[in-house]
Amino acid sequence: MTETISMPQPQLAAIAVEKAYRKDKHKVPVLRGIDVEVNKGEFLSIVGQSGSGKSTLMHLFGLLDTPDVGEIYLEGQQIDDLPEHARDQIRNHVFGFIFQFYHLLPELNLLENVLSPLMIRYSTWEYWKKRKQFKQDALEIIEKVGLSHRLKHRPSEMSGGEMQRAAIARALIAKPQILLADEPTGNLDSSTGKEIMDLLINLNEQEQLTIIMVTHDNSIAAQAHRTVRLREGQIEVLGKSKTTTASA
Amino acid sequence: MYKTLLCVRYLRTRYIALASIISMTLGVATMIVVNSVMDGFSTDMRDRLRGILADVIVETNSLDGVPNTQDLKDRINRSVGKDIEGMTATVEIYAMLSVQYGSDWQSKPVTLIGIDPATKATVGPLSKYLVNTREGSIPDWELSPAAMAYRKEWTTRAQWMVDRWNHNPPPMEENKQVSFEEPESAEPLPAPDFDAESASDSPFDSKPQVAGKTNSVSNPFENGLEEKSFDKEEARDPGSPLKGRVYIGYGLVSFPYEDPDTGETKMFQIVKPGDDVKISTVTAGRPPEPTHFNATVVDLFKSEMSEHDSSLVFCNLEYLQEMRNMVDPESGEKSITSIQIKLKNPEQAAMVVSKLEEALPAGKFRVRTWEDKQGPLLAAVEVESAILNVLLFLIIAVAGFGILAIFYMITLEKTRDIGILKALGASSNGIMSIFLSYGLALGLVGSGVGVVVGLLFVRYINQIEKFITFVTGRKVFDQRIYYFPEIATHVEPMMVFWVALGAMIIAVLASILPARKAARFHPVESLRYE
Repeated sequence: MTETISMPQPQLAAIAVEKAYRKDKHKVPVLRGIDVEVNKGEFLSIVGQSGSGKSTLMHLFGLLDTPDVGEIYLEGQQIDDLPEHARDQIRNHVFGFIFQFYHLLPELNLLENVLSPLMIRYSTWEYWKKRKQFKQDALEIIEKVGLSHRLKHRPSEMSGGEMQRAAIARALIAKPQILLADEPTGNLDSSTGKEIMDLLINLNEQEQLTIIMVTHDNSIAAQAHRTVRLREGQIEVLGKSKTTTASA
Repeated sequence: MYKTLLCVRYLRTRYIALASIISMTLGVATMIVVNSVMDGFSTDMRDRLRGILADVIVETNSLDGVPNTQDLKDRINRSVGKDIEGMTATVEIYAMLSVQYGSDWQSKPVTLIGIDPATKATVGPLSKYLVNTREGSIPDWELSPAAMAYRKEWTTRAQWMVDRWNHNPPPMEENKQVSFEEPESAEPLPAPDFDAESASDSPFDSKPQVAGKTNSVSNPFENGLEEKSFDKEEARDPGSPLKGRVYIGYGLVSFPYEDPDTGETKMFQIVKPGDDVKISTVTAGRPPEPTHFNATVVDLFKSEMSEHDSSLVFCNLEYLQEMRNMVDPESGEKSITSIQIKLKNPEQAAMVVSKLEEALPAGKFRVRTWEDKQGPLLAAVEVESAILNVLLFLIIAVAGFGILAIFYMITLEKTRDIGILKALGASSNGIMSIFLSYGLALGLVGSGVGVVVGLLFVRYINQIEKFITFVTGRKVFDQRIYYFPEIATHVEPMMVFWVALGAMIIAVLASILPARKAARFHPVESLRYE
């Protein structure tokens, strides 16, 4: 099945992507020929049951994995076949990741966790030279996500909602072009989940940040511009736009 | 930046890794202690050997020696004269030393070396090793006033015994079991105090035939006293020393014993300066004939090298030459068996040896450095040291495997963190360097603490030895077994550096495998890792 987008060049696209995992001696197909295009500034949700391949598709978009068949394009450039160091660079510069289980580094405090993408991007010397500016940026973002009172706290000292907001702050510090969120509310209660969704929608609307969100919750997915539903590795239903934008 | 930060945080939060380096710390400390002790032992031993033997020794192949000493010295001077600081001629021969203790004679094989103390002092610090001679002074063959007083005391007493026996012998039928008692009129002279470890500390009586009141002997003056005391020519003045003079090895006449009251090891001495000993050796010439002579002990020789202290006897050269018939009756020329040479630069000993080997006929002379002469002993120490180092380095290698195992566990524990870092754009090399730096940091901490512990142990090793001896009740360092009175140590900075560096390299090597594994983690699988 192919989703056709009217835009001439999508920001991110998966073309005829297939992916299978090996489990013992058996090959388990996860994605069976997926075509998805995401436009700049779009908020796309990917929904589906467990094992439908939605997280795998997000990992392929974020270059955390490579497709067995098919290609991934960023701004018209194929990126799935790039060498590892180039893929590392793209992950650091282009994508911001938010995970269901927050995935903060337990040894670092909130400020250090938020700064970690910049520590990875720059050499020690460059980071040291710009550390004041970076810290200023991090404090602004942390304030935006409402965690200024938790600067020196470690992840183990924060609640789930706070950790997810910290993860969002970490994803934003590197000024990514695309935010990849894998079940961002999946581990939170409904009110905290709503807070996180409001934050993401705000980022999308105010900063025109492209967001691809994986969720199994239809009500959460419905808040996105467009929804792609996966079933057994294939696109089941073309998403309907809740708030259709020009780019969508 | 993130590598350093995480490395530091891992060090501060993963105490199990610090525990893994305890074995490395102990290994480093042990290597430093063992090497320092071995080096201290070796250095002290070499210093003493060299002090006793001189840098280069020219020996005749025959115990008869060679005449025309001056000619030999001239040839040596012509060949390597500019490198020589001092030279002395000696006669070296195997001999039997007999000393009288009570009514018994004790005989021991010794190396008898005829020396001229004045020239001998130019090739080695002889006075340093003489118990009753001031260090730095030029030793001679004169008895010290204390030794003279002691000699006069015991010869007077002995003479009194002889006179009493001759004038009033006990009845013949009681000769075999007779008790000697001092007459009231014969006031004993106060015994001069030669040595703190003298007879007063001893559980035995060193002169039972004189001072003992109830000792039973069978005619003690039949031959013993006269032979022990006087040469025939000197019988008229029994208090004066004999013509033969000796410095006698401390170990030959001293025996360690454990004081039953204090538990300390003390030395019991059966011969003191002023006593006479009997020496038996062979004459030069064909065939060698046995020859015996009495000699007065001028001083005791104590180098703390038990091998030398229990085998060397130094004698006045001219008298030994005379006793061994090494004086040509016509020309008066005296033979010698070796020449000891001290060099201006001891490092050139090998070069001097090769030059002398060229200059002197090979069949007649043998030229060796002191190290060649003590080759087996020095080689044994070297081999011991090398084997110990290998074994101890294996301890550090074992510690390396400990680090490897614990690192492996840590990388598994940190799998998800590795996935996070990769998702954030960290490269595989970056991940690898986190764990390599972690290994290096552990190595630094382990070897650093090991160096400090090792150096402190070396610094206080004798106190520690005493403490362990006190706690266990068993001597760790028994002076009766080893060469030295206390544990000698010498810390070689380069040795410490190499040991610490080796430990750090092992720590880094041990972390390579886990670091490589961490670097190869697939980000998606890592993020899913439970």
